[in-house]
Amino acid sequence: MSLLDFCKWLEKTPWSVALHESLWVYPIVESVHVLTLCLFLGTAVMLDLRLLGVTLRRAPVSEVYGRLLPWTAAGFVLMVISGALLFYAIPVRTYLNIFFRVKVGLLLLAGLNVWVFQRAVFRGVAEWDLDRVPPRGARVAAGLSLALWAGIVVAGRMIAYNWFDPPGVH
Amino acid sequence: MSLLPLFEWCENTAVGQAIRDSLWLFPVIESVHLLALALIGGAVLIVDLRLLGLGLRRQPVTQLARDAQPWLVGGLLVMVASGILLFTSEAIKCYYNTAFRTKMTFLLPAILFTFTVRRRLAAAEVGRVRPLWSKLTALVSVSLWSVVGAAGRWIGFSG
Repeated sequence: MSLLDFCKWLEKTPWSVALHESLWVYPIVESVHVLTLCLFLGTAVMLDLRLLGVTLRRAPVSEVYGRLLPWTAAGFVLMVISGALLFYAIPVRTYLNIFFRVKVGLLLLAGLNVWVFQRAVFRGVAEWDLDRVPPRGARVAAGLSLALWAGIVVAGRMIAYNWFDPPGVH
Repeated sequence: MSLLPLFEWCENTAVGQAIRDSLWLFPVIESVHLLALALIGGAVLIVDLRLLGLGLRRQPVTQLARDAQPWLVGGLLVMVASGILLFTSEAIKCYYNTAFRTKMTFLLPAILFTFTVRRRLAAAEVGRVRPLWSKLTALVSVSLWSVVGAAGRWIGFSG
């Protein structure tokens, strides 16, 4: 079964139809997805800005990381749940949407960036924990993170527009 | 006096017209509006979490508030500028839109509260503010901004 077949099957499930056609639940889920930007991306941005050495310069990097991470992680969980529900409500159209595909690609890159940062940069944080401006590796990871997440937000917003949708998916 | 003529004037400005006529402008400005939302969210939350005794609680509130301030102000400026552009392209729709009215009704107190009560409280010396007042301030701040954000999203759902 191809991914498209799976999406077609998903679209026929009663809960998907109910969510798609609901007057209140769909907008509420979407609002949760948008407002969680503040919690998830807001805290992630503050960490990135600290890693760039442009804010919270007196706070140790490990402290900013450790104390904000639970909030970023909680935001991420809410994002994934609300995002999965939004996909579940409109599977075929979303799957075929070019901006959705770009978003998924950028999400994978952002994940890869976190992985590399953890393994190659943050491991040695003890050496530069108090530096007002962290070393180059940390700044590059932070800059990449900001650029990727900005791309993810923009691509996410664009999913709602159907300029490039193949005909017949509405 | 009705504000409708003002809204009609906004809608008829060249800027409003240009955004309406373009396929790309509205979504692009909307995206900028969202990016600024994330920035404001971060700048507001690190201070409010701290006032609640959470987040970066080893740092003095005063310092956190000072560090967050330029990002908050910058984010707000981008937010207001992009918001005005979005508004001019659909001012008359906004006039009749309950979500838009709710958003504006809460936006003014949110900004006033942030730059008066909350700012003074965060700038006060350690030990001079009772924890209860700090927590209350943080809750009011988060609540006001959440209504602004949610109502903002809702403009697009209602007519």
